[in-house]
Amino acid sequence: MQFQSQVLTNTEVSPGYYRMRMTAPPALVESEAGQFVMVKISSAIDPLLRRPFGIYDMGSFATPYSDSGRQTFIEILYKVVGRGTGMLADLHQGDHLDIIAPLGKGFDFGEAGEEKILVGGGVGLAPLYLLAKELVKSHKVRLFAGGRSKEDVLCITEFERLGVETYVATDDGTLGDRGLVTQVMMKHLASGGAPKRLYACGPFPMLRAVAGIAEEMRVPCQVSLEAYMACGMGACLGCVVKGVNHSAETPDFRCVCKDGPVFESTDLSWE
Amino acid sequence: MTKPVMSVEIAGIKMRNPVMTASGTFGYGEEFAGYMDLESIGAMITKGLSLKPKAGNNTPRIVETPGGMLNAIGLQNVGIDAFIAKKLPFLRRVNTPVIVNLYGNSLEEYGELAARIDGLPEIAGVEVNISYPNVKQGGIVFGTDPGAASQVVSLVRSNTSKPLIVKLSPNVTDIVVMAKACVDAGAEALSLINTLTGMAIDLQKRRPVLANITGGLSGPAIKPVALRMVWQVARAVKVPLIGIGGVMNATDALEFILAGATAVQIGTANFLTPAASQQIAAEMEQWLVDNRVGDVKELIGALKS
Repeated sequence: MQFQSQVLTNTEVSPGYYRMRMTAPPALVESEAGQFVMVKISSAIDPLLRRPFGIYDMGSFATPYSDSGRQTFIEILYKVVGRGTGMLADLHQGDHLDIIAPLGKGFDFGEAGEEKILVGGGVGLAPLYLLAKELVKSHKVRLFAGGRSKEDVLCITEFERLGVETYVATDDGTLGDRGLVTQVMMKHLASGGAPKRLYACGPFPMLRAVAGIAEEMRVPCQVSLEAYMACGMGACLGCVVKGVNHSAETPDFRCVCKDGPVFESTDLSWE
Repeated sequence: MTKPVMSVEIAGIKMRNPVMTASGTFGYGEEFAGYMDLESIGAMITKGLSLKPKAGNNTPRIVETPGGMLNAIGLQNVGIDAFIAKKLPFLRRVNTPVIVNLYGNSLEEYGELAARIDGLPEIAGVEVNISYPNVKQGGIVFGTDPGAASQVVSLVRSNTSKPLIVKLSPNVTDIVVMAKACVDAGAEALSLINTLTGMAIDLQKRRPVLANITGGLSGPAIKPVALRMVWQVARAVKVPLIGIGGVMNATDALEFILAGATAVQIGTANFLTPAASQQIAAEMEQWLVDNRVGDVKELIGALKS
């Protein structure tokens, strides 16, 4: 659905990274972990297009200003990468946004009781928080979070507060182990028992590595992808990725917005 | 005051109002059903259909530019057969004319596509795409050469009795020459403009942003060009025109009608607001009420100059 939203908070959680809480209609609490929102940052024609953001968190709080006595909210976690996100970072409490949400397909939680592994790179942690919030109810959850430097590893304490066991890797070693998050994950998985399901969100090379690990371990793996898109609802066909059956003769393009953003890793071509 | 008359007719296609959705920005209609009333607009035009399914280009396929966007989708579509089998059954239930946008890789393909849809009663008309700028073989040649365009239009004309609209490319020296060639070959209406060929560059990477290097520019940025071309063509041909190019609101739509268009197509705006076409139609009607215009047709080509 499309709705007008008000900014509740917009906080810089790490240099260049922001966490924004916005009002939403009550129906939005039905959003699934892994779904995303399309945000129109300005009513002007420049920047023209909406920007997609994974839902980081959602909920409601008591308020006397709503008929139901509760105000629903959603949160996004974003990195300032250009003019659009720069303008978003400048918004304050009470500013208005036009939002379409919830969009896309979310994560599959799998069987209760199984151990789940989350792998996040940089701002790719965003959709994993809501997932972790659901999973901890009936699963053991471990998170491997990676980033270039300590500033790029976000909201780890939030995950820890949920009871998620967290491991951190940075390229420069300023936080956690030095190295790639997938290497750190392999080291820890070698000692503990095999997990039953992997979830990953982050840069494409990281996702490819996680998909490869899942294939070797023969465990199901879901990845959440990011892509440029204009509409978020399967009309512009700007955000496609190659499916596993793709070839020049038999095209198998999938829309990140509609067929994803969460895919089974085995459904995609990782070339 | 009584409600103003909003209905218009394009090549025999009766529409409840002059607002249509542009090919390639409205999927196959179904995608937008959850966001708007598909029976609130004049007509729907499908994603461009080719004889065989088409994979389209590699990504990145789109990039935002000031006041607009470039796209190089490469005509990804399900193909005419899958459209008829899988997409048309939904559209059949919607009481709004469905116009199919057709694209051929060769003259023969255009002819075959036209023949294929001729017997389908649920298709109200054909919009022939001779102007798709992103596919190297074909499109641009038909779209920029009056002789080739004329051949395509004649062949489609002889292969279907459906109302025939031809969509013109702005990437030509003189659009009036192309418009006349298409009308002389049997086009009953013209839609203009398709996207303007453009490109975007990533300075740090020193690379083009789009995988296809060039793409089609759409959105508010192209509206002045589109208005000028509609105005020029309106003075040169007698068939109805459909204005396309950066229509974001009722003001934009009514400007096209003043310039000589009988109807407009909503394109990029569908990406920003899925119900844009419905909202624009409602706003247009309100403008007519506020300005005491009894029939939208009074405004067609009514530009004072």
